[in-house]
Amino acid sequence: MSAETLFLSGDAALLGLAVTGGFAARKPLAGTLVYGGALAICAAMLVLALVELLGHANGEALVLPLGLPWIGAHFRVDALSSFFLVVINLGGAAASLYGLGDARHERSPERVLPFFPAFLAGMNVVLLADDAYSFLLSWEFMSIASWALVMAHHRESDNARAGYVYIVTASFGTLMLLLAFALLASPAGGYAFDAMRAAKPTPGVAALAFILALIGAGSKAGIVPLHVWLPLAHPAAPSHVSALMSGVMTKVAVYGFVRIVFELAGPVGWWWSVPVLAVGAGTALLGVLYALMQHDLKRLLAYHTVENIGIIFIGLGFALAFKVFGMPSAAALAMTAGLLHVFNHSLFKSLLFFGAGAVLSATGQRDMDHLGGLIHNMPRTAFTFLVGCAAISALPPFNGFVSEWLTFQAILLSPALSSWVLKILAPAVGALLALSAALAAACFAKAFGITFLGRPRADAAKHAREADRLVLAAMFVLAALCLLAGILPGLFIDALSPAVSAMVGGRMPAQAGIAWLSIAPIAESRSSYNGLLVFLFITISASLAASFIHRFASDALRRAPAWDCGFPDPSPTTQYTAESFAQPIRRVFGSVAFVARERIDMPGPGETRAARFELTLGDRIWDELYVPLIAFIERASLRLNRLQFLTIRQYLGVVFGALVTLLVVLASWP
Amino acid sequence: MALIVDLVFQLLQMTLVIAVAPLLTGIVRATKSRLLRRRGPSLIQPYRDLIRLARKEAVVADSASWLFRFVPYLVFAATWVAAALVPTFATGLLFSWSADLIAIIALLGSARFFLALAGLDVGTSFGGLGSSREALFGALAEPAMIVIVFTLALVAGSTQLSTVAAYMASSFVGLRVSLGMALVALIIVALAENGRVPVDNPATHLELTMVHEAMILEYSGRHLAVIELAAMLKLVLYVSLIMCVFAPWGLAIADASVADRLLGAFLYLAKLAVAGVALGVFETSIAKMRVFRVPDFVGAALMLGFLGALLLFVSRTLK
Repeated sequence: MSAETLFLSGDAALLGLAVTGGFAARKPLAGTLVYGGALAICAAMLVLALVELLGHANGEALVLPLGLPWIGAHFRVDALSSFFLVVINLGGAAASLYGLGDARHERSPERVLPFFPAFLAGMNVVLLADDAYSFLLSWEFMSIASWALVMAHHRESDNARAGYVYIVTASFGTLMLLLAFALLASPAGGYAFDAMRAAKPTPGVAALAFILALIGAGSKAGIVPLHVWLPLAHPAAPSHVSALMSGVMTKVAVYGFVRIVFELAGPVGWWWSVPVLAVGAGTALLGVLYALMQHDLKRLLAYHTVENIGIIFIGLGFALAFKVFGMPSAAALAMTAGLLHVFNHSLFKSLLFFGAGAVLSATGQRDMDHLGGLIHNMPRTAFTFLVGCAAISALPPFNGFVSEWLTFQAILLSPALSSWVLKILAPAVGALLALSAALAAACFAKAFGITFLGRPRADAAKHAREADRLVLAAMFVLAALCLLAGILPGLFIDALSPAVSAMVGGRMPAQAGIAWLSIAPIAESRSSYNGLLVFLFITISASLAASFIHRFASDALRRAPAWDCGFPDPSPTTQYTAESFAQPIRRVFGSVAFVARERIDMPGPGETRAARFELTLGDRIWDELYVPLIAFIERASLRLNRLQFLTIRQYLGVVFGALVTLLVVLASWP
Repeated sequence: MALIVDLVFQLLQMTLVIAVAPLLTGIVRATKSRLLRRRGPSLIQPYRDLIRLARKEAVVADSASWLFRFVPYLVFAATWVAAALVPTFATGLLFSWSADLIAIIALLGSARFFLALAGLDVGTSFGGLGSSREALFGALAEPAMIVIVFTLALVAGSTQLSTVAAYMASSFVGLRVSLGMALVALIIVALAENGRVPVDNPATHLELTMVHEAMILEYSGRHLAVIELAAMLKLVLYVSLIMCVFAPWGLAIADASVADRLLGAFLYLAKLAVAGVALGVFETSIAKMRVFRVPDFVGAALMLGFLGALLLFVSRTLK
């Protein structure tokens, strides 16, 4: 049986599970059944995808008599899709494990259980699709299933708006992709990807398709300024679905972009990398700045997804640039950096959303300013969340650092590009990437520090209980993978190389043969990094220092009230909060990016009322781009509304006019 | 045999940086005292302080978690590993390839991240104040450092610090505008990262402008000793970094003889002393900045470093 058949039967099983979940949602064991089944299926598909990826799959297209009658539905697994299948099914398996542990906290299982497996199936089929029709159909299926999950708790304030904004942007994105595919399909209707690969579109058509793909796939991935739905929708869903949407669904969007731009759109134009790099760098910086301003833990994580998508697009942009200017090995390095970050981000973002979900289940709070001190009652959750924070902040020896390091190495190759625009853009992109990486560390020092450290700011945080064992298991597995991918990056880079070489036509030097399991992207004399040794060195020197001091100096310890310069305040509200932690950064960046305004109302001498501090944050992109756009659409629809109240004579006139116009256009078409 | 010699020199390097770290701090303090016409403590006072602190019992706040006791060793280890990878008197250390310059910066970033968490752990306002300011300074200094690395890497064709140092020491590099900008930027970053005077004052307590000292306010005893030692190590690291790139005279290149390496070690100690005195003079002659002037100061480093890198990126075609 071919791999395609196996994958499709797995997806069919997921759909069956969805139907079962729909009918049996209120039954006591429904959650166990659905999540257990999803876990088993995802794990099986993960193994299968790994086999395909490591076995250098390049399957034949499987054509099923579904979909449009004269095309049929094509499915195919190649190196690129098998890599993304690994990412998706790993995330899916982890989310199912979390769901298994957390299912009893769900208030309305009938709104989650049917859609969760359907969502997984939708994402899987997008990767299998080998023609535009099944791609778009499963893409839309994935969007609608996730929309249903966003609306699971639709009675909570803001969730309905989140769902509305999401469905509008998702439809807009699909429309853009539809137009992109329509441009790429030959006039004879070659909607199969094979036909598109064979067709040679003119540069103009290819460029238009590229722009449409950037907008369409980018809106799903969350590039600025099309990201507005993401921080609304991702946190609104149940936590394991948030993890799937942020950690995995955005990767499906990256897949769509890579598939269309690197493969289907034909010869790449020299300037294509410029918008990708500009958008990537802007997305990275704005994403992390937005994240820094949040005090809702899940929304902070969602904004941070925006940043990481930016980093991925920077890698892809450099890959495009190197590919065009005939530097395949450099293109392979940049592409590897981007794809490795896809994998890494799916690991730590899922882990962090699970942590946020565990906190939400334990305290009922997402607002960090009502949390604090959770490390005492939830030590294991805190530990894994800390690992996730260190990984996403690109701290060695974890995995986030490896992909950012590779991106920097790719940037250092860019002076050889023979384009002035790119030469000037490259260091700017590098500086912005460095700035957003450093801000990410600040952001996660805040996320972990305010949520888990300090003293509890509310009773809910004081009486929190440790998360369920299966929830912890899901988090520990992901944390272990974060460390593994950080200390043995060579294994992962080598596994990626078939997917990379299929897209850019070059490959990185094999990392498996390098001494001591180091990685060296170009040559060892140029740059190398060894996560394993860094990890060992840190562990050994820390334990050496600790044991030396405990042995020869002192190991006495006394507990006492906090010192705080002699004036400790017993009230936990005097601690730093999410807002105050970010205040210095807000003062530096906020006035430009957020129109941040602080107003202090100080009572005069003799007055006894309390002083007030007010902080208002605007969202430039929403106010200056979306508000006018929405106003324009409203005005236009009011105008068009008149069309509903015409007489039959006028309707006939309109129909006649439209017909004549179309015929004239058709007659004058070249 | 060569491997054993290399290993010995690597271990020697690791002990050397720890051994001289308090001395460098002692030199800076003595210089500052003399310039203020005080007699000041002796040069080895920092050693005495560290031993005294290490022997005392550690007092830990009631609200502190396990992280609080774990962080000092982690910060120390990350700083020590980073310092061990910067060439001091010889390049081509045994493990110098395990982390390049970008990884060294990231290791220091790890140390800062965990120290900021420790500042938040006890739940006092001073700790939060220190952490949030450190987060801002770090967020500006780290990218500045990365763009400086861009410049160095493009000049030397490698991000490997040993290779960069060897290139700077051996061949005729000449005067380059980019390198000049990188040097100024690097000095600014070094001042900011080590909490030296225009940015932070290592000698103050109970001052509203303190940053590093506010974060570690709750630490005492051996924990404080380890953190202080890590801070001293960081100063040595930055001085060594500036020296090995911009003043690599006497640096023993990979296959140098033992005599050359010994000479390199003596020269290195001399360079450290000069740097310590220079830092003392600089700190005495300048006033501390307001906290919100610091982003301009460090931002200038970012811009200078960026301009330097940009010049190199663009000038590549002219060759």
